[in-house]
Amino acid sequence: MQRIGVFVCWCGSNIAGTVDVKAVSEALSHEPGVVYSINYQYMCSEAGQNLVKDAIRDYNLTGVVICSCSPRMHENTFRKAAASAGLNPYMVEIANIREQCSWIHKDMPTATEKAIILGRAAIAKVHLNAPLMAGESPVIKRALVIGGGIAGIQTALDIADAGFEVDIVEKEPTIGGKMTQLDKTFPTLDCAACILTPKMVDCAQHEKINIFSFSEVEKVKGFVGNFHVTIKKKARFVDETKCTGCGECTAKCPVKGVPNEFNLGMDNRRAIYIPFAQAVPKVATIDPNYCNMLKNGKCGLCAKVCGAGAIDYKQQDQFVEREYGAIVVATGFNPIKLDQFDEFGYSQSKDVITSLEFERLTNAAGPTSGTLLRPSDGKHPHTIVFVQCVGSRDTSGCGKTYCSRICCMYTAKHAMLTREKYPDTDVYVFYIDVRSPGKNYDEFYRRAVEQYGVHYIKGMVGKVAPRADGKLMVQASDLIAGEQLHIEADLVVLATAIEPDKTARPLATMLTASMDTNDFFTEAHAKLRPVESPTAGIFLSGACQGPKDIPDTVSQAGAAAAKVIGLLAKDKLTTNPCVAESNELMCNGCSSCEKVCPYGAITYLDKEFRMPDRTTMVRRVASVNPAVCQGCGACTVACPSGAMDLKGFSNSQIMAEVDAICQMK
Amino acid sequence: MQGMMIARAGELLENGTVTRVLGWQTGEFVYDITPAVFESAEELEKGFVYNSFCGNNLSKYLIQASRKEGKILVFLKPCDTYSFNQLIKEHRIVRENVYIIGIPCDGKTDGEFLKAKGVKGILGIREEGDNFVVDTLYGEKTIAREDALPERCRNCKSKKHMVYDELMGEEGEVLDSHRFDMVEKLEAMTPDERFAFWRSQLSRCIRCNACRNVCPACSCEKCVFDNPQSGIAQKAAADSFEENMFHIIRAFHVAGRCTDCGECSRVCPQNIPLHLLNRKFIKDIDTFYGEYQAGEDTESRAPLTNYTQEDVEPSIVYTRGGNN
Repeated sequence: MQRIGVFVCWCGSNIAGTVDVKAVSEALSHEPGVVYSINYQYMCSEAGQNLVKDAIRDYNLTGVVICSCSPRMHENTFRKAAASAGLNPYMVEIANIREQCSWIHKDMPTATEKAIILGRAAIAKVHLNAPLMAGESPVIKRALVIGGGIAGIQTALDIADAGFEVDIVEKEPTIGGKMTQLDKTFPTLDCAACILTPKMVDCAQHEKINIFSFSEVEKVKGFVGNFHVTIKKKARFVDETKCTGCGECTAKCPVKGVPNEFNLGMDNRRAIYIPFAQAVPKVATIDPNYCNMLKNGKCGLCAKVCGAGAIDYKQQDQFVEREYGAIVVATGFNPIKLDQFDEFGYSQSKDVITSLEFERLTNAAGPTSGTLLRPSDGKHPHTIVFVQCVGSRDTSGCGKTYCSRICCMYTAKHAMLTREKYPDTDVYVFYIDVRSPGKNYDEFYRRAVEQYGVHYIKGMVGKVAPRADGKLMVQASDLIAGEQLHIEADLVVLATAIEPDKTARPLATMLTASMDTNDFFTEAHAKLRPVESPTAGIFLSGACQGPKDIPDTVSQAGAAAAKVIGLLAKDKLTTNPCVAESNELMCNGCSSCEKVCPYGAITYLDKEFRMPDRTTMVRRVASVNPAVCQGCGACTVACPSGAMDLKGFSNSQIMAEVDAICQMK
Repeated sequence: MQGMMIARAGELLENGTVTRVLGWQTGEFVYDITPAVFESAEELEKGFVYNSFCGNNLSKYLIQASRKEGKILVFLKPCDTYSFNQLIKEHRIVRENVYIIGIPCDGKTDGEFLKAKGVKGILGIREEGDNFVVDTLYGEKTIAREDALPERCRNCKSKKHMVYDELMGEEGEVLDSHRFDMVEKLEAMTPDERFAFWRSQLSRCIRCNACRNVCPACSCEKCVFDNPQSGIAQKAAADSFEENMFHIIRAFHVAGRCTDCGECSRVCPQNIPLHLLNRKFIKDIDTFYGEYQAGEDTESRAPLTNYTQEDVEPSIVYTRGGNN
């Protein structure tokens, strides 16, 4: 029989406000095996922990039940306290009476009753607990960064500078991401390329960084310190090791009408292309959807002009297997599709554009060489209307409920730069609220209004109607003046909401990293662990975690790198002793567990068994590698005979909890 | 057919291909068919039978038999081959120790079934066209096959063998059966009606364990119901309602592995249509995860122990469960 101590925490008023903690500790004191029961204001405090430690010594406790917050918060705290008092840390169980009880109930009698039941379940479980010992597993000293935008680049550089190897996997032919497409950056207005391309070059030249461009993560196995990743290097039909990026092929390719993704389809590229002049790696890629040679075997011009002999029409997708200790997700964002926003006429007029398209139209490397011209007729626009919150803060269901965070500032930048370069242009900005809480951000926005005379109008645009003469009729409301506005505009720019990249969700599945309903990766703790995923060894960098601008992205990228360095600096990790174990006498060897194991921790052995009739028989039985097992428990539910069990969460322990809850003692 | 089978089995014993033959023999009455192992031509001549009463699925017996020294010959009807494959997939049968002869089947009747139809004093049976001709103490009785077949055979899912080393007779086709019709009727009931239906059926259970013992999917080294440490054994015997849960738990345990051979219902002395529980699972698996027939092959991943991105969302399963 265990000697169990019960410790009921008030958590200030967090628990005690809704749960009668005295009644709980009194009720639980009568449970079988309970020799000590007490309640205290803050059990996690020094004094509270001392209560636990003293009781373990004074009452010779063999098991401890803490009725407090989620085990994610303080299980470790109490395990350490128990260990310091000489009790095996795995003899501590937490009954979560805060998140799962006091916070979700209003009525004290109900909440108290539930707290008692939860405590009773934890006591029933502790009766069946056994002391467990943690093991160790080695750490592979290399990190994988998925996504080569500014977030991935910064994280990779910081990790590499600390002396660890880093691989960047980028799905596009070049690293650089969205930032390569931007013109100037707020609030200092330095040119994006001028500050980004040196970092891209640093990545390429860093001896610790290895770039897999035009590649995707295909499969992820393993766990923190020991990930096994399969990377798919998509066929680019050009040998990266030979191509010098001279551009001879891209100049000679006869297929000229391919929409250029880099300029968002506003001009054309060839079937063989280098996305832009500063691409890293500066290697050509053949687009198999357009290349005549690949489509029907007729052409081969690029191979003829290539002095390096780099063109390889027979190139296949290649699969590379690599091992990593840590993985950083930096998959970034994209503007949303505007199909749901027909009122702005994006699909009807070429002169209704997104803000990212506006960036390209003002960029010296863009389709208009930096001169702001209307896409429809190539004339200078004289009246420009910027519409903010297109799809952001949208509760209608067409867009996103969240604020995209970057639009207020870049719209102010667009408006300001337009007025600076073309003072004869009338610039209107329609907004719901202007949000400019960064360092020097509000000053920047004020400058657009006060110094550059941009017309900021609070209100939303209701409709943009293209007229036969090419003008865009903008109908909007001015909420402050309380009137309807009709503006004849030449160009309408939509500050389109941003969303996580579409590759993020399948990646999250591979990584078993959690996501929110908007497909942003969830952090381990919103305030205290913002760059770690709840899945150990997976870290978050940049907009994949939530919308953010470049300064925030770079700060977070550095923070993620610091966490990775902290992990890679360790030689060994303490493993979780709550791992699966197979009872060979009951195991059928049916392979159900092996099929559901996400970590490949289960293998099979042919073993000889003594049969009841004194003969021996060879049977196939499962065997768990405790260093690889992560204790997820998938095998225990797949096992038809109940041979597979999880230490610390055994089938009988869970049954005992259910029985205690159902009062079936 | 019986003669051909005995002759061929004799040959294979003679030339040393196999050392034993797994088949059927009669018990006290001709319709009391029991699986049996024969080790010589004499034994075969004396005891081996194959007739319209031989419904028993022999696959399960191979779990033990195939682990013994030497090769064993087994005769498998089309539906038995599904169970065989499933057991191969679960690594329960040593394939290289088994020699399979696939035999055709037009449905097997049952002594109790015929007696319930008023055919008494049964001495023998033969097939004539679409009829069974039953030799009885009171002369020959002819009964239409359709009337004498149990539900599992009337809704036969396949006349095609999924695996064999050698085939006797013509190979058939996978059939378009109506085996889910009754499940659909049950689904159309209100939860209360359904509960009443299953209570009326399951309350007749005498816990003889015949369904479990005959089931090829219930082949655990140690059944959870026989294992006091599992915590389930005692539960299923706590009261008369818990007792009913035995069948529900069993259906969950074989879900995704049950090939729908129907042996559970065949052996039930209380005539409980147990196979309907399994069919409900099969139907749901088909709807949620795409068509899947356990035992069709030995390699594919079973839907319940596999994950694909096309898998149904749990919320849909929940809603369909009628919990709203």
